[in-house]
Amino acid sequence: MPSISRDEVAHLARLARLAVTDDELDLFAGQLDVILQSVATVGDIATADIPPTSHAVPLTNVFREDVVRPSLGQQQALAGAPAAEDGRFRVPRILGEEA
Amino acid sequence: MSSLIRSTAAELAAKIAGREVSAVEVAQAHLDRIAEVDGAVNAFLHVDTEGALAAAKKVDDDLAAGQAPASPLAGVPLALKDVFATEGVPTTCGSKILEGWVPPYDATVTRRLREAGVVILGKTNMDEFAMGSSTENSAYGPTRNPWDLDRIPGGSGGGSSASLAAFQAPLAIGTDTGGSIRQPGAVTGTVGVKPTYGGVSRYGLVAFSSSLDQGGPCARTVLDAALLHEVIGGHDPLDSTSINAPVPPVVAAAREGANGDLTGVKVGVVTQFSGDGYQAGVLRSFEAAVAQLKQLGAEIVEVSCPSFDYALPAYYLIAPSEASSNLARFDAMRYGLRVGDDSTRSAEEVMSLTREAGFGPEVKRRIMIGTYALSSGYYDAYYGSAQKVRTLITRDFEKAFASVDVLVSPTTPTTAFRIGERANDPIAMYKADLCTIPANLAGTPAMSVPSGLSDEDGLPVGLQIMAPALQEHRMYRVAAAYEAARGTVYQDVPELAVAR
Repeated sequence: MPSISRDEVAHLARLARLAVTDDELDLFAGQLDVILQSVATVGDIATADIPPTSHAVPLTNVFREDVVRPSLGQQQALAGAPAAEDGRFRVPRILGEEA
Repeated sequence: MSSLIRSTAAELAAKIAGREVSAVEVAQAHLDRIAEVDGAVNAFLHVDTEGALAAAKKVDDDLAAGQAPASPLAGVPLALKDVFATEGVPTTCGSKILEGWVPPYDATVTRRLREAGVVILGKTNMDEFAMGSSTENSAYGPTRNPWDLDRIPGGSGGGSSASLAAFQAPLAIGTDTGGSIRQPGAVTGTVGVKPTYGGVSRYGLVAFSSSLDQGGPCARTVLDAALLHEVIGGHDPLDSTSINAPVPPVVAAAREGANGDLTGVKVGVVTQFSGDGYQAGVLRSFEAAVAQLKQLGAEIVEVSCPSFDYALPAYYLIAPSEASSNLARFDAMRYGLRVGDDSTRSAEEVMSLTREAGFGPEVKRRIMIGTYALSSGYYDAYYGSAQKVRTLITRDFEKAFASVDVLVSPTTPTTAFRIGERANDPIAMYKADLCTIPANLAGTPAMSVPSGLSDEDGLPVGLQIMAPALQEHRMYRVAAAYEAARGTVYQDVPELAVAR
C-alpha cells in the first residue's frame, strides 16, 4: 500500500500554495511515495530515549548592541515589488467577495 | 591559454601586490576566458564585466597610491554562487521565481569579498535554491563539467566548481547544505570546503535549510581555499547563528601541511562509506589516498560510525522541512515573480499560480515532502525521528574524534555521471550526497581535495577530510600534505574544444 495517495498530494500542494497540474499530481504521487518510504527508515533507530537535535550549535538568546543603523529606504524596499502604488506594495484582493 | 588564468590565487595576489601585473589585466584575462568558453560550460548566470573591472581598477589605484593591499587576495578574481545577495547585481538562486531580481543590499560574504579587494566576476549557476547534486535543476540550463561536457559538474554549486576547472576564475564561493561545495569539488578535480556551521555568515544568503546551510571557499589548491576561508570567515552580528570565535588558523595550517609531514596525526577511515553503490575506481583512489597519508607519517585506524547509514534519510526529512518553511517567503507580493494577477483573482490564487510557475519540479517535491513531514500526525514519525538521528550522528562524530584527529572517506560514491542519467530518479540523485551529509547534520567542518583520476573512466575523484567543530586547521594541514605529495589534478583537464 502506498504511504501517500494522490489525494493527499493534492492536499499538500494546496497547503503549500502550489497550483499543481493533474499531470504533476500523477508524477509527484509516485515519487513522493518512493521518497517517503525510503526516508521512513529513520524510525528504525530513533528510540524514545534519544533527545532530538534541532540545531548543531546550541545557542540561546543571542543579542547584539541596540544601535540605530541604516536600513533600506522606501524606494529601495519597493524596487523589486511586482506592483507598487503610492509608496506601498500593491497586492491582489485578500478577502472574498462575500466577506 | 594565458598563463594568468592558470595561475593560483596566491600567485596572482603576489604579482598584483608586487605590481608585476595589474588587477585589471588579471580580471580582463578571466573575463576573456569566460567569453571564450562559457557558451559550452554555462558556469555563469550573470557576468558583471563593468563591476569586475571597476573593482580591479580600485585595487590598482590603491596600490599605485602607495597603500598596502586590502587583503592577501586583493585583486584576485572570484566567481560567486548566485545564492548570495549582491547589491545592484541580479541574484536568481537558479530559479525563475527570482528572475530579474536585483538585491538592494550585499550579503556579508559579498561585502567581505569587496572589502578584501577580491574582484567578483559574476554569479554562478546552481541547482534551483541549492536543491540538487548535478546543477541540472537550474531553471537556466545545466552547467557542464569541463572534464567531459556531457557530464554533470556536481551540485548544487556546479557553476562555482566548473568555473575553477575551466580556468574562468581561480576562486569561487559555494554553499554546502548536504555536500553542495564538496561533491562538485570532487567531480571537477578542485578543492571545496564546508566550514563549521556558523563559521561563515549566512546574512544575505538565500535560505534553503537554515540549520544546515553553510557558505565556504572553492579553489584549485588547498592554500588558495585557506586564503579565501580567512577572508570570508568570522563572527557577524547580523547572523544570530554566527559563532563568536576567531577563524581557525587555516592558512598557517595549509602552509605547515605543505611540508608533507603528518607524523603524529591520527586519521580515522569511516568503515560505513564503502561497499555497494561505490564505484570501484573511486574506492581504489580512496585506498591509494589512505596509503599515501600513511606514507606521510599518519597513523591510520578504522572507525565505525553506525548511525551514518541513516544520515541520508534524516537529511531528506530535515532539509525539506526547513525548506518548506523558508520558501514560503516567495509569495509574489513583495519581490520576485507574480503570475495571474488579473484583478479578479485573490492573493492566495495569485500566490499558488506564481509558485507553480516559478518553482521547478525538485523544489516542489521538497516543499511537499517538508509540508508532509511537519504535518500533525506525521511529525513524530518523520521530522521528530530525523532529529533524533541527528543526535546519534553527532554522538558518533564525538566518539570518533575522541580517538582520531580527522576522519576520511571518499567525497562522493561515483565520478561525474552523465547529464540526464539520474534526472528522473530522485533517490539515485540523492545518493550522491551519501558521504557528505553527516558533517552537515553535526555542524562539523569537512572538505574535499582531489585524489587523482579514477582508473576506469579518467574522471576526478575527491578525498573527504572531516574534523571536529572549529578544528578546520587539522583538515587543511592533512589536505595540504596530501596535495603536496600526490599533486594537483586541475592542470590535466582537457583543453575545452570550443569555437573561438
